[in-house]
Amino acid sequence: MTAVPHVLPYLVAVWVFLAGAYGLATSRNLIHAVGCLSVCQAATYVLLLAVGYRDGATAPVFSDVEPGTRPVVDPVVQALALTDVVVGATVTALLLALVVQVAKRHGTVDPDELTELRG
Amino acid sequence: MRHLLPLLVAVPLLGAALLACVGRVVPRAFAEAVGCAVSAGTAALAVVLLLDASPPLVEWAGGWEPVAGHSVGIVLVGDGPGLGMAALVSLLTPAALAYSWRSFDAPPRGNAGSFPALVLLFQAGMCGFAIAGDLFNAFVWFELMSVVAYALTGHRVEEARAVQGALTFAVVNSLGAYALLMGIALLYARTGELAMAEIGRELDAYGPPDALVLAGFVLVLTGLLVKAAAVPFHFWLPDAHAVAPTPVCMLLSGVMVELGVFGVWRVLGTVFSGPGGLPAADVERALMVLGALTAAIGALMCWYQRHIKRLLAYSTIAHTGLFLLGIGTLTLEGDDGVALYVVGHAGVKAALFACTGILLDRFGSVDEHVLHGRARPLRGVAVLFTAGALGLAGLPPFGTALGKSVTEEAVGGPLTVVYVLASAVTAGAVLRVAARVFLGLGPRPQEAAGDEGAYETTGSGEEPETRQPLSRVPDTMTAVPAVLLAGALAAGAVPGFADAVARAMSEATTAGLVQTSVHWTPVGVALGLVSTLLAVGLAAVAVVRPKLLAPPARALPLRRLQSGHVGDYVAWLLVGTTVLGVLALPAVLTG
Amino acid sequence: MNPRTRLWLVATGGAGLAALLVAACLRLPRFGGDRHPYGDRAVHASLERHTANTVASVNFDQRAFDTLGEMTILFAAVLGCVVLLRQTRDEHRAHPEPADVARPVRRYALLVLPVALLTGLYVVAHGQLSPGGGFQGGVVAATALHVLYLGADYRALERVRPVGAYEVGDALATSAYLVTGVAGLIGGTAFLANTLLPYGTFNTLSSGGTVPLLNAAVGMEVACAVVVLLAGFLDQAVEIVDEGEDDDRAGDGHHHEERGK
Repeated sequence: MTAVPHVLPYLVAVWVFLAGAYGLATSRNLIHAVGCLSVCQAATYVLLLAVGYRDGATAPVFSDVEPGTRPVVDPVVQALALTDVVVGATVTALLLALVVQVAKRHGTVDPDELTELRG
Repeated sequence: MRHLLPLLVAVPLLGAALLACVGRVVPRAFAEAVGCAVSAGTAALAVVLLLDASPPLVEWAGGWEPVAGHSVGIVLVGDGPGLGMAALVSLLTPAALAYSWRSFDAPPRGNAGSFPALVLLFQAGMCGFAIAGDLFNAFVWFELMSVVAYALTGHRVEEARAVQGALTFAVVNSLGAYALLMGIALLYARTGELAMAEIGRELDAYGPPDALVLAGFVLVLTGLLVKAAAVPFHFWLPDAHAVAPTPVCMLLSGVMVELGVFGVWRVLGTVFSGPGGLPAADVERALMVLGALTAAIGALMCWYQRHIKRLLAYSTIAHTGLFLLGIGTLTLEGDDGVALYVVGHAGVKAALFACTGILLDRFGSVDEHVLHGRARPLRGVAVLFTAGALGLAGLPPFGTALGKSVTEEAVGGPLTVVYVLASAVTAGAVLRVAARVFLGLGPRPQEAAGDEGAYETTGSGEEPETRQPLSRVPDTMTAVPAVLLAGALAAGAVPGFADAVARAMSEATTAGLVQTSVHWTPVGVALGLVSTLLAVGLAAVAVVRPKLLAPPARALPLRRLQSGHVGDYVAWLLVGTTVLGVLALPAVLTG
Repeated sequence: MNPRTRLWLVATGGAGLAALLVAACLRLPRFGGDRHPYGDRAVHASLERHTANTVASVNFDQRAFDTLGEMTILFAAVLGCVVLLRQTRDEHRAHPEPADVARPVRRYALLVLPVALLTGLYVVAHGQLSPGGGFQGGVVAATALHVLYLGADYRALERVRPVGAYEVGDALATSAYLVTGVAGLIGGTAFLANTLLPYGTFNTLSSGGTVPLLNAAVGMEVACAVVVLLAGFLDQAVEIVDEGEDDDRAGDGHHHEERGK
């Protein structure tokens, strides 16, 4: 299986995404669930950066590298990953703010005990 | 003119920044006036651009025009459908703000700017998504509208239900957004491009679709269908809509959910439509199955609700199903019909939510059973509510009726029955509420013994959104739904509007090569009348003989699916991706 | 739904999704491959406009419209958190008591604070030259202030951190980005067009046209946003208590930090 190293980083991303989704679905604590959502998002970082990698390449910053002397990795995915990080951080902040209020209003952070909305 | 496209985003953002800047020191009236003025100004800009959108406007942000066919910048597409959605969003936003004018008790005190600022940010996100021609840029604006929607939904933090509904909404939608981003990354890996049209071209150049294209399709559609609340991605919607402040509900149900459908239409037409995308038959199968399921489950659950906002939320789900069926035909006629239907539905649904908000603020409840006969004095609201219900049923000449009849013709065959039934059942449920709440008809619904444990969300125990329960309904609160209903009526009745929509759709999809004509047909009018009569009949039976159409015991498993448990919803999302993959699988096996 | 049923659903849905994604991964170009058409174009465009850090060029020039959305998401989240974490009618504010801090901790904190703050500003200022930029530097600068909370106490932090001022700063920085964009539309060719300023000498602080300006706006926005966000959560943990709860529960802010997380 010489092909394995060529897909391994992608498979890691898939694994991380599914692990996060599993944790989210079976979570017994909303703070843990928010963490699991961040895990899902981490999968997108891994996938984006893996997609942009180039063998033997360095960072796409030319302050100390003469342009054209060395291959560089894809800068676009790095910019996308940066956007993604910011989005993830803000979503996490908002979710945690909501969890704080859930804890206050319901007195619990266990999703099994939230029974106000159903049917 | 095309250079002005980014201003659809920039103007409301500047307004929001201004409000955030001075929001703590200015009086509420000023903050609200700024909010209304900026959103209305954006609406004017959107309309001006829309009138100029033939041929479609294409703008490269930052002036990065393509060199040798390729650009490094972000493309904005100002075609009829995109600008039409932006205009719809921008017209509904000032309506929602005007509705909340002086009535919605927007906390926090001493920060009068925060609510209108959030609404402006919401508008900016939705406009940005509507005109995005770049897949990643669409994701960014998609996230902006999501983030603002979570905050607006949980706005009334003192209410236990509000924060729970907002949290569920946020978790499910964020997971959907990350699935969308995974899909974008996969497509980027294959094609090395981010602009939708470019991705489509590169996919075509690569060859017939394979597992990678299928996975990209499934993941991208998962994100958009979560937003569109298609079964089985829909569970978040009733929970969120039942708890969000009324002006926010108007925007969520009126345009945000529809933007999910619009996004599906956009990526299908640009990314996956070529020989390198997915074969039409497979896309059609996926959308038809999900659309029919969505319409059926939405309509059925709508009928079983007594919490009026939840009832309206399920009716939105049912109508999303009908929209998906329409675009699932992948024909120009289907697109025309859905476009008209979405416009009409936005007006009707927002007006219905606005009327429900009046009930909440006046009586402190949105429970059909508790409110029995109590709203008799509100004659004007009763008329508006009933008119909205008839619009929902598709009574000609509402825009919904024209859109529905055009779509029915495009869909054809047995699926017409789905259209007639789904609109009749949802409108019947709304008419039932009208008859009981505003007219006090029928026996007062009895609470069965041991009803405490019934598996449902009642509408009592909701707090009014005004500081005190209203003794008199402010004029703005009745004027807004009246204007919205007039708009929905005009969409169907004004001659030439339907043709303009058809022309815009044709230019957006076939560069104007294929012309369709959209008009009232005798069959369409007849079907509209049939669903209206059916709705009235259903409502009459339900009011006179409540037992006959009450939810049977065997409906309980269906209701139990809506458990309010975020883990369940995530599990269903995973199942949904698998279902989507299986439905479109033949594309890869045969190709 | 009982946990067992849910587990079955997760297993079914997860297995299907896993199969689909693994099949897709096997069809992806091999890891480390050489085909990056957009990336190559981006590097070329970046060098043409004298921006040494290509990622900064993508973020603040080529795809500056994405970054506008990104910073607005942060702006919206801050506004949302201010609304969601407000003091409600059944709550009141308790005054945090002074806290005792071990002397070495205090000394170390006071030493680190200016260094961290300066590092943050440096990272922002050199965004177009070296790895980093407004987002990264802004976070460093904002967290630097919070060293005061560890080194002194919550009251000291509150003195250097009037939340209202930071909210205004957040909004002003967002406006600055937008105004730069509109200036590109009026004075140049298109919204956010980087054609107003000279591109400068490659690899110097003033290179890259409007890239350093947008970078600075984002740096300020992020720094202010993070301060306001943390303030919201810290207030919940330290100051805001339920009506009827003992004031001394909020006595020592340090002990209550976990409650806000």
